[in-house]
Amino acid sequence: MGDMRELLKLLGELDDQLVSCMRCGMCQAVCPIYGQTGRESDVARGKIALLEGLAREMIKDPAGVQDKVTRCLLCGSCAANCPSGVKALDIFLKARTILTGYMGLSKVKQVIFRGMLTKPKLFNMLLGVAGTFQGLFTSPVNDVIGSSCSKFLSPVLGDRHLMLLAKTPLHKEVPSLNTPAGKSGLKVAFFPGCLADKIFPRVGHAVLKVLNHHGVGVYLPEGQACCGIPALSSGDRESYDKLVRANLEAFSGAQFDALVTPCATCTSTMKKIWPMMSEGMTKGEQEAIKALSAKIMDVNAFVVDKLGLTPPPAAANAQAVTVHDPCHLKKSLGVSVQPRTVLAMNPGYKVVEMNASDACCGCGGSFTLQHADISAKIGKQKRDNIVATGSHVVAMGCPACMLQISDMLSRSGDRIAVKHPMEIYADSL
Amino acid sequence: MNDALLKEFQALVGKDNVMESEADTFSYAYDAAVLDPVIPSLVVRPENRETLGKIVKLCNDNGLPLTVRGSGTNLSGGTIPSKGGVVVLTNALNKILEINEADLYAVVEPGVITAKFAAEVAARGFFTRPDPGSQAVSTLGGNVAENAGGLRGLKYGVTKDYVMGVDFFDVEGEIVKSGSRTVKCVTGLNLAGLMVASEGTLGVFEKIILKLTPPPLAAKAMMAIFDDVNKACETVAAIIAAKIVPATLEFMDNFTIRTVEDFAHAGLPVDAKALLLIEVDGHPSQVEDEAAKVEDICKRLGAVRIQVAKDAAERNKVWEARRAALSALARVSPTTVLEDATVPRSKIPAMMHALEGIADKFKLTIGTFGHAGDGNLHPTILTDRRNKEEWHRVEAAIDEIFDVALSLGGTLSGEHGIGLAKSKYMEKETSRATILYSRRLKKALDPKGILNPGKIIGE
Repeated sequence: MGDMRELLKLLGELDDQLVSCMRCGMCQAVCPIYGQTGRESDVARGKIALLEGLAREMIKDPAGVQDKVTRCLLCGSCAANCPSGVKALDIFLKARTILTGYMGLSKVKQVIFRGMLTKPKLFNMLLGVAGTFQGLFTSPVNDVIGSSCSKFLSPVLGDRHLMLLAKTPLHKEVPSLNTPAGKSGLKVAFFPGCLADKIFPRVGHAVLKVLNHHGVGVYLPEGQACCGIPALSSGDRESYDKLVRANLEAFSGAQFDALVTPCATCTSTMKKIWPMMSEGMTKGEQEAIKALSAKIMDVNAFVVDKLGLTPPPAAANAQAVTVHDPCHLKKSLGVSVQPRTVLAMNPGYKVVEMNASDACCGCGGSFTLQHADISAKIGKQKRDNIVATGSHVVAMGCPACMLQISDMLSRSGDRIAVKHPMEIYADSL
Repeated sequence: MNDALLKEFQALVGKDNVMESEADTFSYAYDAAVLDPVIPSLVVRPENRETLGKIVKLCNDNGLPLTVRGSGTNLSGGTIPSKGGVVVLTNALNKILEINEADLYAVVEPGVITAKFAAEVAARGFFTRPDPGSQAVSTLGGNVAENAGGLRGLKYGVTKDYVMGVDFFDVEGEIVKSGSRTVKCVTGLNLAGLMVASEGTLGVFEKIILKLTPPPLAAKAMMAIFDDVNKACETVAAIIAAKIVPATLEFMDNFTIRTVEDFAHAGLPVDAKALLLIEVDGHPSQVEDEAAKVEDICKRLGAVRIQVAKDAAERNKVWEARRAALSALARVSPTTVLEDATVPRSKIPAMMHALEGIADKFKLTIGTFGHAGDGNLHPTILTDRRNKEEWHRVEAAIDEIFDVALSLGGTLSGEHGIGLAKSKYMEKETSRATILYSRRLKKALDPKGILNPGKIIGE
């Protein structure tokens, strides 16, 4: 436990943002969690009221408020639809660090974030070892999706269907790259992100294949760390800052036109949250963040907007692919057309839209572990919408969504492949 | 609340549907009104109507104040549990029980979301009203309890014009039936009428019968731009005088126009003193005829420019600008006070003039937009409730807005309800006898005063 006065002071600094909520309640229409529970404390208006109540000492239960504030997917649906422009995500992330600062970080999270995640080499090594032995505890369940399940791990993972750690992570096969700009005249820095490195290296390879095809130079430095969002969303400011600094270091000194990632969450974190959360850093670091975040782009947006792709006509026997719009891509960055253009680059596919393609999949990072039942209910709706299209493939520009949607489809026994748009384009090259 | 009683509530609705922790109850202490929160002792969420009746009885047996809450979007404090007690949520009672296309009615549970109901009805080729600004989240029970309005009140009326019947629980938890599924019904007292706008003070809705109508076949929208507020107001009166009833006849003042343009870049003329957004609907030939007449009237009364929407996309653009009005204003300052004092529509020019005077007198920023066609303007005060000195001026300005509206033969509230926010002004508009009559009625129906105490008629 920290000092109550300090807690009130820090919450007080959020006051200008908190008062901008006029309590209209329009966030109820779009919040995936409220849609399941109907509870006011699950929707942005309720959470903001609770933070204000705590800051003004109308309630005196920081633990209770923390519990409510963390029941949130950080999908940003509320902020994207807020009539009065309340920056709900900024508020919730800052509130999480303030409340964790007061309540303390759990022992498990201390081990994961401070002991492992912030030490990229150790983290890679540990997951490498885990990757070697995971087969002992799991068995494959769906060959189309490539998912497995595990009785042994069920106390932690429930009846989840897992995507296992890749046999060879991307960084083992491609430890680093520094190729010059080719015919495109462009060079990018490439940030694969943890999931595209360790679980879906096929996505990382697809990105490299597409960039190579278009003559785009690639700078892939060693020593990349997690983008920081898992630590920050648990309120662990210390680990988050370390991760941001490690990445600033990894990309410093190099020349490139854009920094691309195949992960919607990494892109949105680096582009929007890094600058927003940079106030405690040195002036030099703040400037480095500003310069870097200006260059960060989703990889779909990069190839479409910067390379000017012109899709060929779809083949007569093109198979259907449906598209899920990740929250951190569409709601946060406004990227929704480009992934569809990328898919259209492969004449073997035609896009068939699903109902509510921009509804959250229910993953929310560690939310899916802490609130497995709500997460699965939200995911089930997504699964139903995917299945209703009759497509055999669903594509999305976010490996975190890919994990959740693979799980949801696999649990229902659906034989629908889950892919990144760049994989589908790369297949045609 | 004592443990035994808590256990009784848990036995009725299940443990998961009873909320008692501070963090849970505090999130039901407020609604969309700018008023202080009051924390209830308990929040319960019944999942079927039978249980709802039992909750009402349990509250009454124990003399617990009971405040029914749909989505908590009302702007008058109607769902603030001002005496504590139990908040009863209706959002799990969200079934559309029947849509009868032959007899043009629907039966719904009180927690059905307005927009979902409208979509379900539209899918079958019908439409229903009203369309309050909060329709994406507001519940039908809430609409009835507040007699909600919306953009189309002028031609299509408000909630009360669509309520055919309400079945509700009395304080003993017994079902009282009112109204019917027929167009005509004079059986007994008009209890359904009594429930409309009762704000949860006289009974707890069990189910509601709503009227359906066929949708208009065609619609045409236009925007008329004025360099003088008076000319715009006179145009409103002239359109009505020409015996044309547009589906919507909306007004925006210069401050609102500039704010919307800053926010939405909809191409609005920022130097215009006023805008009218007008839509006529009905049979295609009637629409053409009326649209031409409206255009003539606007020109004759001095509109600087008139833009008629040529297609659905242009029509949408006109309404996008209107829909953005509250959002745009709300972003200007931390606190947004949205009033709805309403005057007979011929008094709109006088009301507009008075509002400008009030903004000057109290040195406040007031953006005014709203339903000019039905006299229901929304003067919107942009302020910061943390600034105590300014907040006193806001309160004084609100008092004066009500005084002016009443002196023009208008009413305190066109569509937002009385709740806590306006109950102290009730006697000014009505009479002492009206208040006493209402209180005697309330006392007879609810002897222990458990049903949403303190709302509309005070103590």
